[in-house]
Amino acid sequence: MHERVAIVGVGCTGFRSASPEQSYKEMVYEAAVRAYNDAGVDPRSDIESFVTVAEDFHEGTSIFDEYTPDQIGGALKPVHTITGDGIHGIATAYMLIRTGQFDIVAVEGHSKASNIKTLPSITAYAQDPVLNRPLSLNSHFIAGLEMNRFLHVSGTLHEHCAAVVTKNRFNALSNPLAPYGADLSIEDVLSGPIFSWPLGKREIADHSDGAIVMVLASQEIANSLTDKPIWILGVGWNNDSPSLENRDWSRAIYAEAAARMAYRQAGINNPLEAIDIAEVDDTYAYKELQALEALGFCREGEAGNLTIEGFTSPDSRLPVNVSGGSLGMGNLLEANGLARTYEIILQLRGEAGAQQVEDTNIGLAQSWRGVPTNSGAVLILAN
Amino acid sequence: MGMRKVAVVGAGMTKFVRRAQETPKELSWEAAHMALDSCEMTMDDIEAVCLGTAPDAFDGIHLNGEYLSDGAGAWRKPYMRSYVGGGTGVFVPIQGWYHIASGLFDVVMVVAEEKMSSFYPHAQAAFLTIFDHITERPLKPNLLWIFALEMNRYMTTYGISKADIAQVAVQHKRNAADHPCSLLGDADITVDDILNSEVLAWPVQRLDVSPVSDGAVAVILAAEHIAKRITDKPVWIEGVGWHLDTSYWTNRDLAYPRYVEYAARMAYDMAGIKEPRKEIHIAEPYDPFDYKALHHLEGLQLAERGKAPELYSDGTASRTGNMPICPSGGLLGVGNPIAAAGLMKIAELFWQLRGEAGLRQVPGQPRRGLAQAWGDLMQVGTVVIMGR
Repeated sequence: MHERVAIVGVGCTGFRSASPEQSYKEMVYEAAVRAYNDAGVDPRSDIESFVTVAEDFHEGTSIFDEYTPDQIGGALKPVHTITGDGIHGIATAYMLIRTGQFDIVAVEGHSKASNIKTLPSITAYAQDPVLNRPLSLNSHFIAGLEMNRFLHVSGTLHEHCAAVVTKNRFNALSNPLAPYGADLSIEDVLSGPIFSWPLGKREIADHSDGAIVMVLASQEIANSLTDKPIWILGVGWNNDSPSLENRDWSRAIYAEAAARMAYRQAGINNPLEAIDIAEVDDTYAYKELQALEALGFCREGEAGNLTIEGFTSPDSRLPVNVSGGSLGMGNLLEANGLARTYEIILQLRGEAGAQQVEDTNIGLAQSWRGVPTNSGAVLILAN
Repeated sequence: MGMRKVAVVGAGMTKFVRRAQETPKELSWEAAHMALDSCEMTMDDIEAVCLGTAPDAFDGIHLNGEYLSDGAGAWRKPYMRSYVGGGTGVFVPIQGWYHIASGLFDVVMVVAEEKMSSFYPHAQAAFLTIFDHITERPLKPNLLWIFALEMNRYMTTYGISKADIAQVAVQHKRNAADHPCSLLGDADITVDDILNSEVLAWPVQRLDVSPVSDGAVAVILAAEHIAKRITDKPVWIEGVGWHLDTSYWTNRDLAYPRYVEYAARMAYDMAGIKEPRKEIHIAEPYDPFDYKALHHLEGLQLAERGKAPELYSDGTASRTGNMPICPSGGLLGVGNPIAAAGLMKIAELFWQLRGEAGLRQVPGQPRRGLAQAWGDLMQVGTVVIMGR
């Protein structure tokens, strides 16, 4: 059994709203080559197993795992696919290495959202076919319901959600990978069109295309490959009720449970004390506030005020989504968690360039699987 | 530190049927409930859940793993769905194995569900969407003719006849007559019945093929210290292996499944098996088509290339033979709800190795068994070796 596991290489390509000149295979290949160069490994001789994350309907292909091995160098190797977020993929690679059976495992996730002509119809197809689908609910409509309930129960204001947008999209301006950087005021955000009251268009992350690959290794191998291994201290994942009819609409219970699992492994009792930087789900602006409360960084109803006061800005106590988050980098479907993790790794290595936050030693990444799911994952990393 | 030992301690399965009344969630829950009952556990004892189901297209639900999660007992638990096409049924216990072997969990429930009948009028049409959208889909390929290509190649390479292959269907369907959950068990079927059935895509005939089915299977896995507390008869997962070959299946020699060989070698290495033909007492190779069982036995190194039919003609493969093959009845007899069919093989080994297989029981107290599944574009092999 290998107790400790580190991320030793990362690579990405993207992120942009469309990528007509590149297929998803070419994007993944580019990201994989970068990750393998970064780790100094040869996929054919060194990497022993591969994990990919994908969903059939996003890819437009049934049994999509068929099309994963070639572009990551995994043909005729132990490769499998998880229909989850990228952090689920990292958790899987982490478990594979910990069994002692593997020393080096790669994880891949990508988004080619621009290929999906009817994305709103596809996401709506995730709803219960008997109870919900006949109602023709748009996914943003369900998010609007959840946002309304969250604001009502926690006492959070719409301005607080808008402050998440202004912060994240401003952060994205200094991230060369982020396509949606902008300097917006809270008024700009609130004056945009409303999609599903109170959820406005500017509080929803636009989609983008991109691919991310990471290489994980056992302690001994990690230390021989790099001077900057990024250690996995804990990882948690959880599913709350998938049904719209019997879930708690105000709290992200899946994130609370996933965080508990990750904190227990990492030995963290006081997350705000322990964690220097966080990248959390903000595919809708209110989700960032809901996540901060679920992750135990503050009490219920406090995240909004803290955000407006700048507590989560890059130069403050708990920088959140310095990368720009999904609002700034785009919603990357299954790769969202990998994009959050990517930023944490750059920060912990001290390679985040203009976005670099001083004195970061422990970082947290969190993801959510999107409407209508109640599932997500949390990863804690240290340098 | 050595590897953590993982055992199967409970199993349950629904009937395999052509059109289930139950929703996919209900099928998952029925199997999960039976598996829990079999080892006197409750959901409170389960720390995490692993789910296997083949394409989302069958249930017609995007993020199908999320939809099935509460049916599979994953409410407020760590839950993931893994995926290697048709190989999923034997992969999902591997996923459960690494959950426990990693040290993160002690008790994990593994559920595999498939409801193919929701795809109306026939699930075959869903398979149109598994092919490459540029090079293959415009040809409107049907899975049956892809299998026909492979079967033909296998027969031609080794000079194997249709009658040689039909023995497999006969034996598996006869075995299935003793399985209470089977869809196509038939104690009286003959080689002539197979050879006289409707031609679908030469050389594939109707009775060479397993039926489209609905069903679910669940097993409970536990770490050594828990397993020994739960049961006197834990069945250990001794070896696991999986390999996925390139997507470009047209560039492969279809006569021999090298990916199955690699997966098997990985599992044999882990289990410390040097001579599989002597050390494997029961084999449950994947048999969605009769020739596939032969093809896979060769990949698994349980027969020489081109010689697998001899195992059937000389009686080695029969339930009372030296190496019983598919004593369950396999996919050809019990049915083929894709992911559930693979996990059915794991459940069968569990019952056989514990001496609880009833009318299907292999004599002589078998000590070790192998289950294998296959899938994707003639591309993936998944192997689990279990022993007492």
